[in-house]
Amino acid sequence: MMYKSHVLICGGPECTKSGIAEINKQFERLLREKSLENEVKILKTDCFGLCEKGPIVVVYPEGTIYSEVTPDDIKQIVEEHLVNGRIVKELTLGGKEAKEALKGLEEVPFFKHQLRIALRNCGVINPESIDEYIAKDGYRALGKALTEMTPSEVIETMKKSGLRGRGGAGFPTGLKWEFASKAQSEQKYVCCNADEGDPGAFMDRSILEGDPHSLIEAMAIAGYAIGADQGYIYVRAEYPIAVSRLNIAIEQARNYGLLGKNIFGTDFNFDLELRLGAGAFVCGEETALMTSIEGKRGEPRPRPPFPANKGLWQKPTILNNVETYANVPVIILKGPEWFSSIGTEKSKGTKVFAVGGKINNTGLVEIPMGTTLHEVIYDIGGGIPNGKKFKAAQTGGPSGGCIPAKHINTPIDYDNLLSLGSMMGSGGLIVMDEDTCMVDIAKFFLEFTVDESCGKCPPCRIGTKRMYEILERITEGKGEDGDIEKLETLAKNISVSSLCGLGQTAPNPVLSTLRYFRDEYEAHIRDRRCPAGVCKALLRYVIEEDKCKGCGLCARNCPVNAITGELKKPYKIDSDICIKCGACMEVCKFGAVSKKA
Amino acid sequence: MGCKCENNCADQKVQELIEIIDKHKGKKGALIPVLHDAQNLYGYLPLQVQKIISERMNIPLAEIYGVVTFYTQFSLNQKGKYQIRVCLGTACYVKGSGKIYEELKKELKLSGDGTTEDGLFSLESCRCIGACGLAPVIMINDDVYGELVPADVPDIIKKYRDRK
Ligand SMILES: Cc1cc2nc3c(=O)[nH]c(=O)nc-3n(C[C@H](O)[C@H](O)[C@H](O)COP(=O)(O)O)c2cc1C
Ligand code: SF4
Ligand code: SF4
Ligand code: SF4
Ligand code: FES
Ligand code: FES
Repeated sequence: MMYKSHVLICGGPECTKSGIAEINKQFERLLREKSLENEVKILKTDCFGLCEKGPIVVVYPEGTIYSEVTPDDIKQIVEEHLVNGRIVKELTLGGKEAKEALKGLEEVPFFKHQLRIALRNCGVINPESIDEYIAKDGYRALGKALTEMTPSEVIETMKKSGLRGRGGAGFPTGLKWEFASKAQSEQKYVCCNADEGDPGAFMDRSILEGDPHSLIEAMAIAGYAIGADQGYIYVRAEYPIAVSRLNIAIEQARNYGLLGKNIFGTDFNFDLELRLGAGAFVCGEETALMTSIEGKRGEPRPRPPFPANKGLWQKPTILNNVETYANVPVIILKGPEWFSSIGTEKSKGTKVFAVGGKINNTGLVEIPMGTTLHEVIYDIGGGIPNGKKFKAAQTGGPSGGCIPAKHINTPIDYDNLLSLGSMMGSGGLIVMDEDTCMVDIAKFFLEFTVDESCGKCPPCRIGTKRMYEILERITEGKGEDGDIEKLETLAKNISVSSLCGLGQTAPNPVLSTLRYFRDEYEAHIRDRRCPAGVCKALLRYVIEEDKCKGCGLCARNCPVNAITGELKKPYKIDSDICIKCGACMEVCKFGAVSKKA
Repeated sequence: MGCKCENNCADQKVQELIEIIDKHKGKKGALIPVLHDAQNLYGYLPLQVQKIISERMNIPLAEIYGVVTFYTQFSLNQKGKYQIRVCLGTACYVKGSGKIYEELKKELKLSGDGTTEDGLFSLESCRCIGACGLAPVIMINDDVYGELVPADVPDIIKKYRDRK
């Protein structure tokens, strides 16, 4: 059936929460009312990466993006746009500058700087329909690999493409596959790391929820390349929608003969199973993940032996990240030269970042390697809210570090981030403004590692705890001379003597903040001052006499009666009683209360 | 377990548990999938449930207990009727989720993660629930609340208290 228009309704996590179901219902009802149900097709898609402006509805063929849609808007969209063909400008994204709406998705500044390879289908197809995936060239790469290429040609293609792992360390994917293909064994396994542990990153979730078939196709290609007939996808249990869509997709692929025996009429067999994580960050580490699939406590194992030789159940195994896999089918179809023409010398292709924190447009962005941080934050991200100043961006999660303002023009790739003392990691990118305290952020990440350390080796278990205690002391105004040096010594010892990546990289957030913001540590320790005004113990709340109108609101809201005064005269805070709850500052309508560092 | 009615639902649940175990038993590394399903059935994993699993799967109880305590998703204790999860992931933290957590503790009279005396609420801090664009975020059962400020907390809690 030919449809005149397609209405794409975002079924991504954020839009779902802001009431997409009702919008969907309204569309269905009104289309039926206008007898348009055979001319207009409604599709539920995944996150468009415009969550800040959600709920999002896109109408094709025009590619008009309607943002912050409410159920009441639907009538107008149906009657004007779908019946009369007139775009409802005032409801479109950036509706006031109506020009943009007419240009469609590619022209919105948010998208213009992006290049969508891994996210190519997210928000474009219905993730629960294998037919739509196939219509977008889906499973053609698998067909091509199985019928036109030998396993070693597949591996050669991956090597030539320059694709590196998107889940952490950036290991060359083709090389990993080659090691496993050379290992001799009756049984081998292909695994996918969908544990997405970095707090603040959610790109894998988007692919799992928005394009599950690309993962299945890629894993089958990997299975063919290394000689494995069984795969496991290890998914966070916190992602129930991803789990359900993967299950649907696996079932559909089996029904179409794209999983199972004799795929594409060849003698290649491959099947997949899901395994759910259970909330342990360390299980994202490759050996721990395999131990967990085996049904045990997910503790890392020493390497060597490497998983390519002895992985899951001691059999040769490859493990790749979700986003890594999402690139594979396109590389097979378009060729390695195409892929390696994108990016920088040693980092090819694109990378998806989950941009969050103090930035105007939060959401997922996929950019060619080599894009600068400045472009991401200002051109795509729309800059810092409330006219604040950019201070640093954090990448690599608890294993990574901060990139300060002075390096904002560095092209983003694996090697540049490493040399700045951070790392690519899985792609969380948290923007911080002048109100963020870097010592507090370091403490935040250390608390995370202390919580998540599996406890198997003492340097990580005890060392990170010691570091955390020192940081806690510093933020409480009890820092001592020599604390910085102690942190540095501990950091060095922990990195060299921990068993797995979690411990080895745990000190990075401290080392990198020390590298760029040492003066902030010193201010906390020597002057008992938190320059960003975050560390509670080091703050004082004061009322500025000339701004105070003497309304008494603050005094009524203070939980400990620390504020006294007479109506219509300036009030005063007794800092000995004040517990620094901040209530007074929040309620004052005249901005008379301020925090003094 | 601990039920007072006469419908023997405890037995019925045990029957279901046994079915769960038998469904997974054949596959490799079946323990964790069984624990997930068992927790869905009971809401938590009391020792008695672990014992049944141990016997039927031929895995030592100590090993099962070791696995249950390793993973934060598995719980030895019954949770509240309304499970509140506060995201303390990086994006939320930078946008002040620490203060939301403090406010929740105050409102629920808890000193940290745990369950309220009346069993109505349990509070749990967690890492990134993948809704960073709405930071700071909390979830109460399946409902998500985003872009919160501490002052929103009492009203939200009240909504659930009134519902009982
Ligand atoms: C503590 C720790 C946690 C990790 N968590 C993840 C994760 O959540 N997702 C992921 O893909 N890789 C994670 N990794 C990296 C994996 O160990 C592994 O390198 C990666 O999944 C390999 O896939 P890739 O080569 O495609 O990146 C983690 C590593 C460590 C040390
Ligand atoms: S480094 Fe930490 S997380 Fe890794 S094995 Fe040792 S204790 Fe466990
Ligand atoms: S609320 Fe503000 S204006 Fe009113 S008394 Fe307090 S400080 Fe002064
Ligand atoms: S910060 Fe809190 S305790 Fe201190 S004066 Fe203001 S309202 Fe009172
Ligand atoms: S969830 Fe709808 S645009 Fe992100
Ligand atoms: S950091 Fe809170 S939802 Fe991602």
